[in-house]
Amino acid sequence: MRVIYTDLLCIGAGLAGERVAIEAAQAGFETVCLSLVPSRRSHSSAAQGGMQAALGNCIKGHGDCPDVHFQDTVKGSDWGCDQEVARMFVDNAPVAIRQMDYWGVPWNRVVAGRSCYYKGGERLEKEEPLEKTGLITARDFGGTARWRACFCSDGTGHAMLYPLDNVAVKYGVQVHDRTEALSLIHNGEQCLGAVVRCLKTGRLLAYLARATLIASGGFGRIYRASTNAVINEGGGQIIALDTGVVPLGNMEAVQFHPTGIVPTDILVTEGCRGDGGTLLDVKQERFMPGYEPEKAELASRDVVSRCMHEHMARGLGVKSPYGDHLWLDIRHLGREHISVKLREVDEICKNFLGIDPAEQLIPVRPTQHYSMGGVRTDKNGAAYGLKGLFSAGEAACWDMHGFNRLGGNSLSETVVAGMIVGRKIVEFLQGHEISLNTGLVRNELKKQQERINRLMSRDSGERVYDLRNRMQDILMDYVGIFRNEKDLNTAVDELREVLHRTGNLKLSSSGTGADPELALALRLPGMVRLALCVAYGALERRESRGSHARQDYPARNDRDWLVRTLACWPESRDLPRLEYEPATRIVEIPPGDRGYGGGGVIS
Amino acid sequence: MSRKLKYSIFRYNPVDPDSKPGMQEFFLQETENLNLFVALNILREVQDPSIQFDFCCRAGICGACGMVINGRPGLACRTKTADLPDQVSLLPLPGFRLVGDLSVDTGSWFRAMNEKIRSWVHTDKEFDPQEQEVCMDNRVAEKIYELDRCIECGCCIAACATAQMRVDFLGAVAMNRIARFMIDPRDKRGHKDYFEVVGTDQGIFGCMGLLGCQDVCPKNIPLQDQLAYVRRKMGWQALRRLMPGQA
Ligand SMILES: Cc1cc2nc3c(=O)[nH]c(=O)nc-3n(C[C@H](O)[C@H](O)[C@H](O)COP(=O)(O)OP(=O)(O)OC[C@H]3O[C@@H](n4cnc5c(N)ncnc54)[C@H](O)[C@@H]3O)c2cc1C
Ligand code: SF4
Ligand code: SF4
Ligand code: FES
Repeated sequence: MRVIYTDLLCIGAGLAGERVAIEAAQAGFETVCLSLVPSRRSHSSAAQGGMQAALGNCIKGHGDCPDVHFQDTVKGSDWGCDQEVARMFVDNAPVAIRQMDYWGVPWNRVVAGRSCYYKGGERLEKEEPLEKTGLITARDFGGTARWRACFCSDGTGHAMLYPLDNVAVKYGVQVHDRTEALSLIHNGEQCLGAVVRCLKTGRLLAYLARATLIASGGFGRIYRASTNAVINEGGGQIIALDTGVVPLGNMEAVQFHPTGIVPTDILVTEGCRGDGGTLLDVKQERFMPGYEPEKAELASRDVVSRCMHEHMARGLGVKSPYGDHLWLDIRHLGREHISVKLREVDEICKNFLGIDPAEQLIPVRPTQHYSMGGVRTDKNGAAYGLKGLFSAGEAACWDMHGFNRLGGNSLSETVVAGMIVGRKIVEFLQGHEISLNTGLVRNELKKQQERINRLMSRDSGERVYDLRNRMQDILMDYVGIFRNEKDLNTAVDELREVLHRTGNLKLSSSGTGADPELALALRLPGMVRLALCVAYGALERRESRGSHARQDYPARNDRDWLVRTLACWPESRDLPRLEYEPATRIVEIPPGDRGYGGGGVIS
Repeated sequence: MSRKLKYSIFRYNPVDPDSKPGMQEFFLQETENLNLFVALNILREVQDPSIQFDFCCRAGICGACGMVINGRPGLACRTKTADLPDQVSLLPLPGFRLVGDLSVDTGSWFRAMNEKIRSWVHTDKEFDPQEQEVCMDNRVAEKIYELDRCIECGCCIAACATAQMRVDFLGAVAMNRIARFMIDPRDKRGHKDYFEVVGTDQGIFGCMGLLGCQDVCPKNIPLQDQLAYVRRKMGWQALRRLMPGQA
């Protein structure tokens, strides 16, 4: 039995996992982060546009403060968030961003004097005052009352992750990269660590820890078209769900970003629209002001994505071999702005579309982007159901995003939650010992080894890639931006069938060493279970809220549905068990009008 | 008529005792907009599920997919087959430990490099959560960002003759990282401190200046300028060391 002991085991080495790890390491605890890939390749590095923090330094952010950020976040969430958590978040975001600055992030700064900017297609002027020169500046993003998204060109996630990983190196946080957690070791009450497969050799190991954190990011890749990295397959959510006692929150809340490029689904940042880019239809005319006169292209993502979808359904999309799309126009921003402030977008357009965005239009359409749902935790990041288990970042449902996350609030969440949850884990580690039951560890290792043996020895059965593709297609076809009872029923039925078939997977390869097919075969049944949590949760939620848009229940229903879905998966069932809890216990802002998006409200 | 492309792919699975290093051939019809990310995944899904390679962001952002493509190190996800001839040879990046086939262990290499050059902001100042951020000229911030765009893909190491000859050579990527700290006012290290980490033959004095690195950097980082900058600063520091009474 190969066993590694540590104080804190972080499953995930993106911004959230490493920020928590640093907090524990600084307090003198031994900390190991696991990651499928080298830490700096975690998907956090792909975040482009910015991180929200109410600093109010730039002139268009003048008057900003945590209260305004709070209002934007709660409205953005369509009142689905936990307001106590949202409050902690907005109050701590300015501290977290300054700490990132202290650690070396090259945030763009205020430059005094006059300069022009664009809103919609229109050219406007602003003047930055001298006394703010050199402080962290911000750009405009959707669903916000002030310019609040702090940025490093459009490589903000990368520019944050490298310095943060530097700090992790400095404090001796160990990163075991190319490892994959396959299951949690627990006794129904306490989490004791995880069984982990080494992706270099294929060997299994047990990691035993006094505290375990799930910070494994989103699960966008259950959809065929997603802006997410190919590794975002929900490993962390799967192992939590597999315990049978840890619930996942609001799995039906899936965000579609308005501007994934066609084809390839790579994201171009909301910063394009924040900086004044516009959306055009087949006639090369702006259409967003017709749907949203006030906010236009800068309404929240759920709203813009729905308008785009509707507009294409009315025949005003651009036809292409890859399906209909619309155009994103940033030509008027000018080559200099694009090459300095939208550099990654510039590179992506040139390398993946073969177009120059300073002269040509960018083909875009709404694409799966973010998982609001995840491992349900309390405000301290402690997972429901198991002592010693925590979660943070996109993997978690801490729940400051409710049914729609605002652009820039996720990067912010990773480091703010990392700071807060990290502190709570330190407190926990200071007062908590575990007693080890080696039988439990041996059993869990054996269980995973047997799964592997079964897969390697089966001589006939289902093809791994076929079933994965089937699952992805079902979600694309029936659990997209607009949902209805008929489609969701179909999705649930078909996913259940796929789930049964995953019990009979057969490898075409030998499965030895770091075999990638085996890795997917081990993950796939769990991915289908996540897909079922999404589809079944969406079927049961008979209202529309944020990103969850039901054609048959178009109103937001605060009377019956101001609740969070909790999905548990008791062993040997083929559907999750759903329960509900109030969306928020503390109410600072009672449910009301978002100011965009229209739609009725039942109160 | 679309082309049928021939892919010669390096195959070797070090943990499989039956596996022997060699090239294996695959054929695939070219489709519109095909790139190596899509092509390799089709080969894996349809022809041979055991092929090992690394992709993550598939957008040229994360640096996972460096490999030697027809003799030249580059990012596979960003390589369009339309820009390649009918025969495509794919090899793992040299200079890194092989995991299997096209997959190499860049994680350990870069972690060790970052530890060696102490790649973090060094300061005596404690972080004060009550305090406003320290002001910085935006041009300086943009300059640091420019150098921070390195994605640790390893292409510059694979293309560097020195790095291929001596395993402990830190490479252009490390010199660029040091240059990044030299221009960052938050880092309080002096030239003496930098000299300790890169003023050696494993560092800047091992570089022969042939610039294979700059040619292949997918992020177009001005490595030549950074190497020259660090060499100049460290050269002065070396001279000072030779003078009596100087440290
Ligand atoms: C293209 C794109 C652009 C974005 N831009 C922005 C933006 O501008 N602003 C913003 O606020 N947000 C943005 N987001 C969202 C934001 O980037 C992410 O939500 C956030 O970075 C997630 O960070 P994380 O630390 O939670 O997870 P990640 O960075 O995804 O890290 C997950 C970690 O878990 C590891 N892992 C996963 N499964 C396992 C397993 N089974 N075993 C071991 N390790 C595992 C991975 O290897 C990785 O290290 C963007 C997202 C995308 C997709
Ligand atoms: S300097 Fe360029 S080639 Fe070298 S690792 Fe960084 S991005 Fe890759
Ligand atoms: S210039 Fe120096 S670092 Fe670059 S390839 Fe040549 S020897 Fe290597
Ligand atoms: S997969 Fe990330 S750079 Fe190619």
